[in-house]
Amino acid sequence: MRIAVVKRIGTQLLLGAALLAAARPAHAIPAFARKYGLPCSACHQAWPMLNNFGQTFKDNGFQLGNDRDSPIYQQPAYWPIMFRVTPTWHRESNNRVALDKVPGDGSSGLVESGTSKSGFDLSAIDVVAAGTLSKNISFFVQPFIGNGGTFLQQSWVRFDNLAGSPWLNVKVGKFELDEVISQERALTLSATGGSYYNYFFTPPGDSNFFGGIGGEPLGVELAGHSDNDYTRYSVAVASSNNGLTGLPSNQTYDVYTNFTQGFEVSRLGLQRVGVYGYFGESPTYFQTRNGTPIPGTGTGNRSFYRAGAYGHWYLGKFDFQTFYEHGYDNVFLGNSVPSNQPSKLPVGAAGPTWNGGFVEAHYTYNPRLIAIGKYELIRMSRQANPTIRGNLGNLDTWTIGYRWYPIMNPRAGLAWVQEYSRIVNAGTAPISGKDDINNSFLMGFDFDF
Amino acid sequence: MRITISLAGSAVFFVLLSSLTTVAQQTRVGNLVGNANHGKALYQRYCIFCHGQYGDGNGESAPYLDPKPRDFTKATFKCRSTASGSLPLDTDLYDTISRGIHATGMPSWKPLLRQERVDLVAYIKTFSPRFQEEKPAASLVIPPEPPTSPESVKRGAELFQSMNCWLCHGKQGRGNGPSASSLTDSKGYPITPFDFTSGTRFKCGESDEAIFRDLMTGLDGTPMPSFADALKPDQVWDIAHYIDALRTAKGMPVEAPAEPKVEP
Repeated sequence: MRIAVVKRIGTQLLLGAALLAAARPAHAIPAFARKYGLPCSACHQAWPMLNNFGQTFKDNGFQLGNDRDSPIYQQPAYWPIMFRVTPTWHRESNNRVALDKVPGDGSSGLVESGTSKSGFDLSAIDVVAAGTLSKNISFFVQPFIGNGGTFLQQSWVRFDNLAGSPWLNVKVGKFELDEVISQERALTLSATGGSYYNYFFTPPGDSNFFGGIGGEPLGVELAGHSDNDYTRYSVAVASSNNGLTGLPSNQTYDVYTNFTQGFEVSRLGLQRVGVYGYFGESPTYFQTRNGTPIPGTGTGNRSFYRAGAYGHWYLGKFDFQTFYEHGYDNVFLGNSVPSNQPSKLPVGAAGPTWNGGFVEAHYTYNPRLIAIGKYELIRMSRQANPTIRGNLGNLDTWTIGYRWYPIMNPRAGLAWVQEYSRIVNAGTAPISGKDDINNSFLMGFDFDF
Repeated sequence: MRITISLAGSAVFFVLLSSLTTVAQQTRVGNLVGNANHGKALYQRYCIFCHGQYGDGNGESAPYLDPKPRDFTKATFKCRSTASGSLPLDTDLYDTISRGIHATGMPSWKPLLRQERVDLVAYIKTFSPRFQEEKPAASLVIPPEPPTSPESVKRGAELFQSMNCWLCHGKQGRGNGPSASSLTDSKGYPITPFDFTSGTRFKCGESDEAIFRDLMTGLDGTPMPSFADALKPDQVWDIAHYIDALRTAKGMPVEAPAEPKVEP
């Protein structure tokens, strides 16, 4: 019974992560292209994925550094806002879903069967206002308008080049963590393939209120970089509330840190390696009133971490991103047991651990055409409850696709996107406990203006 | 037999000529050799929207830029270490790409690989036949810089006036001299003299050596002439010290003689 519950929770978590990822729009920012007269390809290997010049521009606080960055140099008609819409057609299928034996008759019992859905869709309207308020003060505001409602995805101010040094920049607000392989700038859009699962993963049945490395927490970040951006670092401290505004759901802080170093290999390109770590605590229970948790009173905090390394390797027009993660959650988080009730821990309980990673390859034929292939996996190495099957939580995903940019100029960009993705969640079928497989096919436009 | 020798001699001559031509076309910065084909792809990614498909400065964004993007077909470049009117060295073009040109639309492209920047130099040189037909003059030899002192700044201020720098750059170096409003570049576009008091970097570098070099070579394509024949190196250093003092003072008064009266 408990295993069934855990499976269901696990499936819900995975689906939730997938939906979250699908709703998470990446962005290129034509507002900057309009401001500087540069094409998308100057900053993007293929938008929204940044190249090193674009990363440097971003790290400089959206400044080219030639004293033409302040708003005073812009024509009054300049509008630092961009929109992004992604009208698509997609098909989603799932091979094992619990369905009523007789549709509409909830008492007919459940059977496991496949479902598929397809149709035209508009994932969201993404609005970004970004730029400089004055020299060395930059800003970014990103409301998100989608089927899930309207919310503030990012909103921050950054004080750049403090003491005249690119090594000191302070950002405050709600922001994307400094992931070099950026979730926000993923080239893929589909529900299954549009996310990096390692960034958001928590084991099935885990109560960790972890927003994910790919999330946008609320906090403060100290970051710096060399002139050419080959060396970069960032340290962020954020409330452990999954980026939700209002009072934190709990009373802890998370720390994320990232260090990366690039090096030139003459004819091959800029190679990059890096290490990162995300360390935090999450509450295991709340103070209650009539049995109902009181928000913001989370306590009984227990620790968790995600840590690993990554690389970005260029072989001319080919490039490969490699990512490794090791994860750990405290035993109370892993078993969803309040830390003040240790007797509720199952016999042999332990903090769950796992390893994961992905390889994402691109072939950039030219700035207008890029092919994408991605494989990602997660493998549980220790379950929180020894009675849980060892592979529950394991997943494998594959994505292939391409993006073609028939329009790419300093005012707008249009991409035609096609991709196919597949995810296998081990042992999460709701009744049989077999592998649950989702397939996703998407084609459509990615329009930035 | 004589014919054979003659043919062989012609072949050797042809091979030597070919190799000389190749040397003349080769782009080299340090131990990196530029590849124009690779540079073309990079140019199309990064440069084409300002400098244009044909390198003539007529890119799609050019109408909105001030000053206008460089016209590579003229092979006239502001930032050089060579004499006025000469082609630049490969390193001059490389340095300009790396540094950018301050207070213009040209950013620093230092985030690009060194090899990529050399490839861009190689491709930019293909826009003008001058790079096939001429060789750049020798690089300017910059003598050791004498120490900056109040006296050298004062001498520089006097030279700034006596050499009529103020006519364009203004009495206090604010870029507002009496001639400023009528200046144009070599393509007839209005051009503004540099405001030394803005406290920012100069177009071709921020060191005293860079100022010295600009004064000696001039900025081709602009009204800024070379003073190589008019001033001795020590005098050029004095002006460089004065200009640097103007920049450092950021608009605060720097000791300077009263503005000479302009004869009507």
